[in-house]
Amino acid sequence: MSVNPMTAKEVATKVVNKESFFLLDVRNEDAFQDWKVEGENIQYLNVPYFDLLDGVGEILPKLPQDQEVLVVCAKEGSSIMVAEMLSEEGKTVAYLKGGMKAWSEHLEPVKVGDLKDGGELFQFVRIGKGCLSYMVVSNGEAALIDATRMTGVYTDFAQEIGAIITHVFDTHLHADHISGGRKIAEATNATYWLPPKDAQEVTFRYQPLEEGQDVTIGNTTITIQPLYSPGHTIGSTSFIIDESYLLSGDILFIDSIGRPDLAGLAEDWVGDLRETLYTRYKELSDELIVLPAHFMIMEELNDDGSVSEKLGTLFAKNHGLNIEDEAAFREMVTGNLPPQPNAYQEIREMNMGKISPDEEKQREMEIGPNRCAVR
Amino acid sequence: MNSDKVLDAKGLACPMPIVKTKNEMNELDSGQVLEIHATDKGAKADLTAWAKSVGHELVNHAEEGGVLKFWIKKG
Repeated sequence: MSVNPMTAKEVATKVVNKESFFLLDVRNEDAFQDWKVEGENIQYLNVPYFDLLDGVGEILPKLPQDQEVLVVCAKEGSSIMVAEMLSEEGKTVAYLKGGMKAWSEHLEPVKVGDLKDGGELFQFVRIGKGCLSYMVVSNGEAALIDATRMTGVYTDFAQEIGAIITHVFDTHLHADHISGGRKIAEATNATYWLPPKDAQEVTFRYQPLEEGQDVTIGNTTITIQPLYSPGHTIGSTSFIIDESYLLSGDILFIDSIGRPDLAGLAEDWVGDLRETLYTRYKELSDELIVLPAHFMIMEELNDDGSVSEKLGTLFAKNHGLNIEDEAAFREMVTGNLPPQPNAYQEIREMNMGKISPDEEKQREMEIGPNRCAVR
Repeated sequence: MNSDKVLDAKGLACPMPIVKTKNEMNELDSGQVLEIHATDKGAKADLTAWAKSVGHELVNHAEEGGVLKFWIKKG
């Protein structure tokens, strides 16, 4: 029996299609509890590979008879070892190529909309970590918003569709993942925009992103309209694109809202967060399609693997937008916070340009889910 | 720190540091200490959990010049 590698892209397709499969995760129990391949129809078994060195006999009865087993570990080495042992016992087995490292780094571009005069809007879904980034394309020009550190994915994609990246934005100083914005801007000579209130300690030059300074992409009129929306960070800025899409950054998600504490000032910023969500966003058109910078659970994915919802629907259904009592809201966003993202202080420092760890270290810093929301 | 044997697992990727450690530990007597040198970042969490699960004691660990060092006493 042979052991088949399965790429992160293939696994992502299974997850988006809600396929049923059996996943044997051979990492440590702690690592598995913290973060794993999520999917609505996945059955799991977690047994660390070092408990299987003498044989896989003990777990055979726990594996399905008629279904392929996908073995997953951190990088892939241990999953290959275990998969081979299972294969020798007659099981149909695959392993996740590149392990959770590859899973964390996989980006899937999904088109989320048509813009004026043939323009297009793409969402890049980082399914393993729950990060969403965007490319606005018009007349051979492209703008990027909240790009991840896998910069080649965006530059290759732009090249394939014949667009030149001219503007790169970050909605805020990220704490859960390393921004690829500066690197892409340097490589393409694009303008790198950051909200100045989040960028007070950065060590590099950037263009201050402020409300009222619309940016036009292509020679037509796709406007990117910044909207100051503090709360997750003091500088957090949303974008209204082509008068139809609201890129909400880490302020508003599909099934949750942004947490105000990752830069250390939950108590100070909870008022800003409420003002943004309950007043500033309320004044916008209900018809805007909200495109957030994260998702937390697979249920937030649409059938095509994208993440989006009408603002009006979120005002009706998102619990975080429906807490009348201000004290109760304050309690929810400061009293009940999930653990912070892995290495979030180091990630912030890296995004400010203060430290430059090597790629291996960057991978390690980004291990785990994004954890930017409160529900 | 004293050890009865040193295992050089530098440059090896998971699962090899643990596979080799396990083999070396089989050769030792109860109470003897194996010193392991590894460069795989995952070795720390894995060796700690493995030692616990099989009843060995991770006596000490250190990082020197990018090399992770572990001292495990056979249980």
